[in-house]
Amino acid sequence: MSAGVEHRFGPYGGQYVPETLMPALAELEQAWIAARADAQFQDRLRELLHAYVGRPSPLYLAERISAQVGHPVYLKREDLNHTGAHKINNALGQALLAQRMGKRRIVAETGAGQHGVASATACALLDLECVVHMGTEDIRRQQPNVQRMELLGATVVPVQAGARTLKEAVSAAIRDWVTNVSDTHYILGTAAGPAPYPALVRDLQRVIGDEARAQVLELAGRLPERVIACVGGGSNAIGIFTPFVPDPDVKLIGVEPAGEGIETGRHGAPLTVGGPGGNGGVLHGAYSAIMQDEDGQILEAHSISAGLDYPGSGPEHAWLRDQGRATYTAISDREALDAFARVARLEGIIPALESAHALAWLFANPRSELDVVCLSGRGDKDLAEVIAKL
Amino acid sequence: MSAIVTGAERIAAAFESARAEGRRAALMPYLMAGYPDLERSREIARAYVAGGADLIELGIPFSDPLADGPVIHAADVAALAAGANVADALDVVRAVDAHVPVVVMCYANVILARGLERFAELLAEAGASGLIVPDLPLEEAPAIRELLDARGLALVPLVAPTTPEERLARIGAAARGFVYTVSVTGTTGERDENDAALPDILARVRASTAVPVALGFGIGTPAQAAAAAAAGADGVIVGTRLVRAAGEAPGDVRALVAEFAAALAP
Ligand SMILES: Cc1ncc(COP(=O)(O)O)c(C=O)c1O
Repeated sequence: MSAGVEHRFGPYGGQYVPETLMPALAELEQAWIAARADAQFQDRLRELLHAYVGRPSPLYLAERISAQVGHPVYLKREDLNHTGAHKINNALGQALLAQRMGKRRIVAETGAGQHGVASATACALLDLECVVHMGTEDIRRQQPNVQRMELLGATVVPVQAGARTLKEAVSAAIRDWVTNVSDTHYILGTAAGPAPYPALVRDLQRVIGDEARAQVLELAGRLPERVIACVGGGSNAIGIFTPFVPDPDVKLIGVEPAGEGIETGRHGAPLTVGGPGGNGGVLHGAYSAIMQDEDGQILEAHSISAGLDYPGSGPEHAWLRDQGRATYTAISDREALDAFARVARLEGIIPALESAHALAWLFANPRSELDVVCLSGRGDKDLAEVIAKL
Repeated sequence: MSAIVTGAERIAAAFESARAEGRRAALMPYLMAGYPDLERSREIARAYVAGGADLIELGIPFSDPLADGPVIHAADVAALAAGANVADALDVVRAVDAHVPVVVMCYANVILARGLERFAELLAEAGASGLIVPDLPLEEAPAIRELLDARGLALVPLVAPTTPEERLARIGAAARGFVYTVSVTGTTGERDENDAALPDILARVRASTAVPVALGFGIGTPAQAAAAAAAGADGVIVGTRLVRAAGEAPGDVRALVAEFAAALAP
């Protein structure tokens, strides 16, 4: 690994934060550079990912989906991780890092509640205090995860501002961090935010892609034609994409939420809508593709999926897009709901609504020789919301 | 006045005349452009001048103000809901710029959305003297600073209690207008007490720079303003308390500013 941590991905990224946080970001960057080169730290992380999280997660040949689309489809089963999503890979790594930095208090944001649950879990395990900021609309639609966080000993702070979803939860977490920075580490849950977060979260999530690449070579004897993942801030996608980026023949497809339809403006798809080079702006500390008006005011995102309901995107995705290395596209609430129900019946797997976006794109675009889809999480948390809408 | 005076020079002169008149610090009240609505925000700006402001900090409303606490955040939201846009907000400068220098406060994305050059141009046309960007730390600042320098406008940097010595020196060296010293580790908002470490923090900042040092965040009473001056601040910025007044009782703003001014009087 190289010595530094990327601050920019092409023109994207950077550190657009209040001065108060700049020393903490520098400290975090130094801590990560040291920790990732420290065999003891890496051993401990690997051991926990194995014995506690259950890694490696299986790469599963979904035969009935494959039969319907006419080619082999492999699902990367992040839903089988402890706590039910890929979020634990990052939360555990960052909690270990916080412990190493001597920070005893953790603050996190959550949308779907998966990152909040993962953070609360890692904090219980490592005996750290955990405060999770969550919009009240998300508290409503992801109720089971709120109860889980509280059982795990975390404090869930309701956020009333704006649309009461993920964007406001991130803002509240950042304000908390600004106020309590001396003893607090902020576990950002996606590959966005100011440097070093996009690189740090990617480094912790690339285990998904490292495993998947080796597994598909082993199981299918070849690389996939396409790797498909949903994109909220972009952590599961960057995690599974990264090891495939140097494989020029593997197409990387990021699926954003089209919400009620791109044309309605009620979506959460800044990478898709902007097109290459488009939609650049600063949200939550980084320059990337965002939803904004001509004055630079941030627009509200809309998605049935709380984890994708975000007007920003990770800066490395914007750069992969501009380089033509990855393609970003969007799937509506309706299509995601249909895929949710379809995969439940076809495979006996209830996917998270987030992951259902990636699956819906596969159903809508079946022409391929072989695909790997990141099944980023399980859908138990979504049942109440989905059953009301199906 | 004689020849053309730049914005940066006007800021320097405002601090200088406060000192020359024997005041304990220059008073810089903050207001949110477009709050409660555009016309009343102009009136509030004029009330600040009448109440004894030496400079005015004018906030451009932004949807996601990360450095601000609940009161100013709510004012941002209300101003936008009342229809304020960036052009109208900048136009509020004109209400008072003949009397005091106006330093515009806005978040980075508002600048980026216009394009740096265009935004610098708009600031100059609006009659602003300087710019404060709370989410644009030293590393991200050079491009806009250069464009403002070329127009004689000051890019005012912020420093925080967490800023280490070596970084403070670099920020102080690049400062224009004044250094905005954030008095607390946190967001904007009223607080009960002044930090005991203030004299020390202010002395460190002063040693880092050739421009005046102003203190802001958390100054909500005339007594706190006087304490900030006693701790060594050249300027005192009052934000949340006045934004709260603008929402609750705009008619009281002038008297309130006058109380702060009296606390800083010789
Ligand atoms: C299961 C699942 N998938 C995907 C996401 C989206 O996040 P990201 O784009 O960072 O992977 C979330 C976020 O909450 C999630 O819970």
